[in-house]
Amino acid sequence: MPLLDIRNLSVDFATASGQFRAVDGVDVNVDTGDILAIVGESGSGKSVSMLAMMGLLPWTATITADVMSFGGQDLRGLTPRQRRKIIGKDMAMIFQEPMSSLNPCFTAGFQIKEALRLHLGLDAKERHAKAIELFEMVGIPAPEDRLKAFPHQLSGGMNQRVMIAMAIACSPKLLIADEPTTALDVTIQAQILDLLTGLQRETGMALILITHDMGVVAETAERVQVQYAGQKVEEQPVGDLFETPHHPYTAALLAALPERATSRKLPTIPGVVPGQFDRPMGCLFSPRCQFADDRCRNTPPAPCGPELGLARCHYPLNAKAEATA
Amino acid sequence: MFRYLLSRLLTFLPTFFGVTIISFAFIRMLPGDPIIVMAGERGVSEERYAELIQQFGFDQPIWRQYLDYLGGVVQGDLGQSFVTKKPVWDEFFALFPATLELSICAMIFAVALGLPAGVIAAVNRGKLFDRTLMSTALVGYSMPIFWWALLLIIVFSGMLGITPVSGRISLLYYFDNPSGFMLWDALVSDQKGAFWSALHHLILPTIVLGTIPLAVIARQTRSAMLEVLSEDYIRTARAKGLAPGRVNGVHALRNALIPVITVIGLSVGTLLAGAILTETIFSWPGIGKWMVDSIFRRDYPVVQGGLLLIAVMVMIVNLTVDVLYGLINPKIRKR
Ligand SMILES: Nc1ncnc2c1ncn2[C@@H]1O[C@H](COP(=O)(O)OP(=O)(O)OP(=O)(O)O)[C@@H](O)[C@H]1O
Ligand code: SF4
Ligand SMILES: [Mg+2]
Repeated sequence: MPLLDIRNLSVDFATASGQFRAVDGVDVNVDTGDILAIVGESGSGKSVSMLAMMGLLPWTATITADVMSFGGQDLRGLTPRQRRKIIGKDMAMIFQEPMSSLNPCFTAGFQIKEALRLHLGLDAKERHAKAIELFEMVGIPAPEDRLKAFPHQLSGGMNQRVMIAMAIACSPKLLIADEPTTALDVTIQAQILDLLTGLQRETGMALILITHDMGVVAETAERVQVQYAGQKVEEQPVGDLFETPHHPYTAALLAALPERATSRKLPTIPGVVPGQFDRPMGCLFSPRCQFADDRCRNTPPAPCGPELGLARCHYPLNAKAEATA
Repeated sequence: MFRYLLSRLLTFLPTFFGVTIISFAFIRMLPGDPIIVMAGERGVSEERYAELIQQFGFDQPIWRQYLDYLGGVVQGDLGQSFVTKKPVWDEFFALFPATLELSICAMIFAVALGLPAGVIAAVNRGKLFDRTLMSTALVGYSMPIFWWALLLIIVFSGMLGITPVSGRISLLYYFDNPSGFMLWDALVSDQKGAFWSALHHLILPTIVLGTIPLAVIARQTRSAMLEVLSEDYIRTARAKGLAPGRVNGVHALRNALIPVITVIGLSVGTLLAGAILTETIFSWPGIGKWMVDSIFRRDYPVVQGGLLLIAVMVMIVNLTVDVLYGLINPKIRKR
């Protein structure tokens, strides 16, 4: 049984102008020890799908799923109290903006020890020792002093290390990193990614890495899931995805890379992700797809089989190559 | 922090002198000759009038009078009351505890109700509690104190007969009042029921005086909380698995308090203004009532000195708020 099994997850927001479907039938599968990357342009529902699973969306969100289980436990219909026993302990998440993700009024030490007390029930001395150990694990120099520091006294990279230390404090089975390096300098980015993959190897936890950056994907992930406008459009192991993308959107992402794996941001594909009011009838990518025809514009495609990377497309690419290979 | 305090203290100087000028000018702008007013119905003979004019220094040019006054102030001498002949300083400190007691109770009332109400409203934004609370707060904020006090007196004292309408304690009790704080002195007086009687007398004045600060604090807490609740670090706190009580009451409230503390400090000024009316309505023997009585008697030294001391009190409170603000906001503390 996979560690995390989500099938047909949808999230609708009640907005002033009506319902808006931010996540539309997404599947996510992660096993212990996996590194899964979720890639897609801004607004493709990457964050929302993970926040839905953590139970961190505002009450305006309606979440539906056929299956949503974590470690054998059904996450649907958990009471808030039951969910709080899981999140922050077995399932942890770090966010994009390290500077604003830590509470400015409390020291780094207070914030990490809080999690240790809540989930592990350690006493003050044990908490202190464990906090120091965690800070050392994530490469924070002079941990004693840093425990006493307020977030505004630390750099962005240092704050992200504090966030990571906090997230791994209770040895989670799954860590979700939502664009953990987007707000950081390039050199720091690489350090943080090394840290995350290193910790993943050491602890054997599963890692979901949400990113814009194909370079990050190539270096860190094992499996990639491409999302577009709230849907999962393709999923493949990293190597195969780079070699033989099946969905035209994936192909466009890769083709627009000047040199593969060196660009920092997702390349620009003409057009934008459809929003609440301009959702196409058929394939959501059809307005921007160079292969689109009437069938694409009128009939939404169903996902293909696993041999075609589950591509949500009427005319998957590299189909022949795959068949003859 | 020390340098910060020092610089704040320096900014007090101009304010201080400003207040001496304003209070000096204010009472002299009121129509009515203090000597005539003092003499009352009996009137005063011409010789006696001239004598008094000289005695009080009213024959001097106005700038001379001011400088004399300022000279006294700088040496810590605020003069004597025309009426009681007692030093203004002594009168002030005899009456100040009564006002302080009432103000502290009103502030506790306002904070104890306003903070939780604002937090609950923000957490339940847009729901019935929130909307009810916010419209009530608006009414409370715009309520004329006088009218509100009379309404409460009519209902609670008149119709229900459960609260006294004036004074600080029932006449049944008599004991020394060395600290000036009736609640405290009643408590240590060993007289059965004295404390409850004092508390009983505080209820209506406290509500009347605390209503506007209560409304202000509730509204400010709500808006500060709403802003804070959408911050990333609140999501982080929830992602840790913390219970809503801790997320809202510790992580969010601590940040929301920063603007709320400022508002609490500012409402101390409002509170003193309100105390003047409240004390007059409830015959509360504090500095508010003292000031009003002295204005009617044209008791120049008392009005000047009293205003000045009130201003100094407000300045001290503001300074305390600044220090508190630094303690609660680490970004300022470390600067
Ligand atoms: N609370 C909300 N209420 C209404 N709409 C929301 C809310 N949160 C997110 N959305 C919408 O859901 C869509 C998906 O957002 P999401 O944050 O998941 O995108 P993303 O893929 O993470 O993008 P980014 O790369 O910019 O983080 C967006 O169009 C966003 O506007
Ligand atoms: S279904 Fe058609 S429009 Fe959509 S991605 Fe495939 S080819 Fe392009
Ligand atoms: Mg996102």
